[in-house]
Amino acid sequence: MSELSVDHLLGIKYITKEDVDLIFKTADHFKEVINRPIKKVPSLRDITIANLFFENSTRTRLSFELAEKRLSADVVNFSAASSSVKKGETLIDTVNNILSMKVDMVVMRHPNPGAGVFLSQHVNASIVNAGDGAHEHPTQALLDSYSIRERLGEVTGKNIVIVGDILHSRVALSNIFALKLQGANVKVCGPKTLIPKHIEKLGVEVETNLRKALEWCDVANMLRVQNERMDISYFPSTREYVQQFGLTKDILDSLNKEITIMHPGPINRGVEITSEVADSDHAIILDQVQNGVAVRMAVIYLLASKIKQ
Amino acid sequence: MSQKILLSAKEIEIILHRLACQLIENHQKFEETVLVGIQPRGIFLAERIQKLLQEEYHIKEVKTGRLDITFYRDDFRRSTRPLEANKTKIDFLVENKRVVFIDDVLYTGRSIRSALTAIQSFGRPKTIELLTLIDRRFSRHLPIQPDYNGRKVDAINEEKVKVNWVENAGEDCVYLINQ
Repeated sequence: MSELSVDHLLGIKYITKEDVDLIFKTADHFKEVINRPIKKVPSLRDITIANLFFENSTRTRLSFELAEKRLSADVVNFSAASSSVKKGETLIDTVNNILSMKVDMVVMRHPNPGAGVFLSQHVNASIVNAGDGAHEHPTQALLDSYSIRERLGEVTGKNIVIVGDILHSRVALSNIFALKLQGANVKVCGPKTLIPKHIEKLGVEVETNLRKALEWCDVANMLRVQNERMDISYFPSTREYVQQFGLTKDILDSLNKEITIMHPGPINRGVEITSEVADSDHAIILDQVQNGVAVRMAVIYLLASKIKQ
Repeated sequence: MSQKILLSAKEIEIILHRLACQLIENHQKFEETVLVGIQPRGIFLAERIQKLLQEEYHIKEVKTGRLDITFYRDDFRRSTRPLEANKTKIDFLVENKRVVFIDDVLYTGRSIRSALTAIQSFGRPKTIELLTLIDRRFSRHLPIQPDYNGRKVDAINEEKVKVNWVENAGEDCVYLINQ
């Protein structure tokens, strides 16, 4: 097994356990590469990649761009704020115009769920979904699992709780798919208003008490409260949210075991997680960021190898 | 498919001793020299030579690393070769060192070309030499020749040279396989 089963990475939903294993195995090698004095390999020197960001991003965009550059690909960047999208151009037209300049791969973030799937059916390039609305964010889920594997040895059989705004979170959905695929036990925890109905159908359990969830888990993945996606009020006040779902040192100290703390960033310090916890040894937040580059290098490398000459 | 034995275990042993002695002739105490086995198949030969130098010829320390060239190959997207990489393990600086690349079979020379690019990620060596067990001398695509060589072999392209080591195949033997 040395090839992905897919030509695009649109979501974890579309890939197999073997794909995940291959990506992780390849990422191990790239992690070694990016810790060398010269952090670059020439594999993709004949590949051009367009990063299309129709929605704001710093971390993901920088991470993708670094991954592409460390593979020696040519990179063009595009952000919606400064483009003709504002003038009324359609998505397919925008992308086809960019592809006619001979681009081989598109990394896209878009506010609409399914934008990546739609694009993959209409344009002739390999598509990597860097987040589509509240749908999926597959590379984030892969780097989260990769970081768990690095810290705990394996993902299979581990208890993982995802805390916070599950309803608006593409990170939560992709993580659920990825963790279930690898045989982990998953719970989601948050205010009932921020947990989608019927989420049990995905094979996860719902827990509304943070302490109980923490007592059960090996890893807690703390999500950000996405105020920008909330059109109505989902909880009475931030203060009340913090009291019920904020992760503090006091709660962690009162547990009789150590758990690993993750956060996909950006952190709202003092809301979902306190500074003390975010900066502690239990947190692997910065490892996640570093692993992000290696995992994205692996995804791009493996997809690029499937592009026909 | 037919196969014949090119080198037996006894012959390989004699050759390894000769190659070790030739290395000593040029590198004396190996203070400034590092051996680098090319993944995946050169590492066994590199480790054998290292062991021989340290145990039989009493050289104090022979630094030996493993270099993977997968990401430096020039046939990415052009061949059906598996993409899977192997471990690179070079835990010393090659800056100003005398590097000896070690691989089992020298065929087209493209692996060595990739290795020449790959090693640059670890510094600027003073010199680079090449040691091989088998040199398929009429099959070169690039101007690359070994500095130390076990046996020259005249094989046609349909033939395959396979090097087995105790470590990976349970025996020391070199076969010429006619496919």
